[in-house]
Amino acid sequence: MSGIHPAHVLAIRGLDVRFRTEAGEVTPVRGVDLDVFAGRVTALVGESGSGKSVTSLAVIGLLPRPSGGVAAGSVAYTGKSGVTVDLARTPASAMRAYRGSEIAMIFQEPMTSLNPVLSVGEQIAEQVRLHMRLDAAAAWRRAEDMLGLVEIPDARRRAHDYPHQMSGGMRQRVMIALAMSCNPRLLIADEPTTALDVTIQAQILALIDQLRKTHGMGVLFITHNLGVVAEVADTVSVMYAGEMVERTDVRTLFRAPRHPYSQALIDCLPARAARAADGRRLIRAIPGSVATAFAAPGCRFAPRCAFRDDACEAALPDLREIGEGHVSRCRRWEALA
Amino acid sequence: MNPISASLFLRRLFRRRLVLFAFVVLALIILLAILAPLVAPYSPTGMRVINRLKPPSTLHWFGTDEFGRDVLSRIIHGGRASLGIGMAVVVTSMLAGTTLGLVAGYFRSLDALIMRGVDAMMSLPDILLAIFLVAVLGASAGNVVLALAIVYTPRVVRVVRGSTLVVRELPFVEAARTLGVSTWQILTRHILLNVASPILVQATFIFAYAILAEAGLSFLGAGVPPETPTWGTMIASGQQFADRAIWVVLFPGLAIVLSALSLQLLGDGLRDMLDPKLRKAL
Repeated sequence: MSGIHPAHVLAIRGLDVRFRTEAGEVTPVRGVDLDVFAGRVTALVGESGSGKSVTSLAVIGLLPRPSGGVAAGSVAYTGKSGVTVDLARTPASAMRAYRGSEIAMIFQEPMTSLNPVLSVGEQIAEQVRLHMRLDAAAAWRRAEDMLGLVEIPDARRRAHDYPHQMSGGMRQRVMIALAMSCNPRLLIADEPTTALDVTIQAQILALIDQLRKTHGMGVLFITHNLGVVAEVADTVSVMYAGEMVERTDVRTLFRAPRHPYSQALIDCLPARAARAADGRRLIRAIPGSVATAFAAPGCRFAPRCAFRDDACEAALPDLREIGEGHVSRCRRWEALA
Repeated sequence: MNPISASLFLRRLFRRRLVLFAFVVLALIILLAILAPLVAPYSPTGMRVINRLKPPSTLHWFGTDEFGRDVLSRIIHGGRASLGIGMAVVVTSMLAGTTLGLVAGYFRSLDALIMRGVDAMMSLPDILLAIFLVAVLGASAGNVVLALAIVYTPRVVRVVRGSTLVVRELPFVEAARTLGVSTWQILTRHILLNVASPILVQATFIFAYAILAEAGLSFLGAGVPPETPTWGTMIASGQQFADRAIWVVLFPGLAIVLSALSLQLLGDGLRDMLDPKLRKAL
């Protein structure tokens, strides 16, 4: 992306998240830098256990307490008022004011993310009354409007429905309406389409994209699905075993990935798989499994990497700038070109 | 756990004839108690010694007691005290038990403290603990309610805590937290509403236990003072005439059995209805 940078919504610098477990202290997120800009989508990519969701919980201040917490780094958030605060140093009591009204989150499980005993309209109205100080009638009208905004047909009637009367795609729309009801500046979408079938996925992605444009909010889109990344993201950050391994804009990532892990993820996409001699596509899997948080020094990806040499396993490589707005943690990034 | 409309709920509940029967009997007993002064044929305290221990007749359907008082009228009036005490025990133990159960289930740091207290109380036999409490507090209707509420609160705490432990981990609670909902609202709107059905079932059972326990306490002389007609005090004062005039104890006994049985049946019906695993089998 060139030209004038849009306004920062979120700037994470050097974030370490630490958990105390029975097996000792673990740091599932180490030294993460991440930026989200107004009206833009930053995708955070990685497989299960890479620290994506922990990063998002650190932003919203809901790391499990008292075992977990931010050990180092800053989470600078620029809110509706234009004032920038460090969420990592905001006390828990003050964090609640940001959740919902400034930062909202949607989740993977639309089937269980809504309260089964309240109608969807009541749930949105509750949220609106909490953060916008509207009376009951105005909050209900706002709930109806929000359901209309997320393109639920016959929204006024469906506002009285309970979650079990709706399909998964409808419920995810309700979740989005709930998250959007107080005009957040930052929307964290944690694998919002994973549990939905493909046609509904595309509709939900289009909806998020449209809301981002019309409301100018920044979106942090967490996913393991590179197909979805190609669809929605402006910039992409790839995480592996708690560390950022590559960050660039979405075109560069797919055209010229400069970390073996990103490259391997792209090679896993059926559409990108190379054709064999007989014309069939071969999907290459990444050998091994994701490193645990207790791993040895050196590059975390080295045990699974086709490009590794001895130096890779000796010390953790630094992130290096290899192009405009393109960083990679691979020592041998030039070998990937 | 899914909400359904009230009429559909009742239709499903009463599909079983026994539950419908229990509901009708219970409604009748409660109605009679409420309308006691209007429906009772005689005064519950009007003595006519000349009429003492008369067997059931067209004049006195359930006979008369040792002071010539009409047993039917005393049962109808006694129902006010017996059911009233039962109801008061239900309300008190539900309020206390639900609060403690939610707190124990949600705030893990208080869990051990509350639950050890609950375990300690549940290790004592119900009626013994109630007798002890009434003995300490003094025999009066209010103290019987208090004693029985203390005895039954631990049961409610256990049920509510168990359900809270399940519900607090559901994604919608986490989702509510990410949207800035306060702990108080999460407890009252999101968790309490979702644990309401087991609480309702417990309430019917405790109502039945409380009616039985009040009768037991009164019979043992550790309950309501004998001058107040309750089903328990009627049996207590009538027992010495049971060999000559069985109706003096039989009919109050039947009233207790019928109320407790219908409450248990209704509770069973509700439980089967509200438990999704059992509901499929119906």
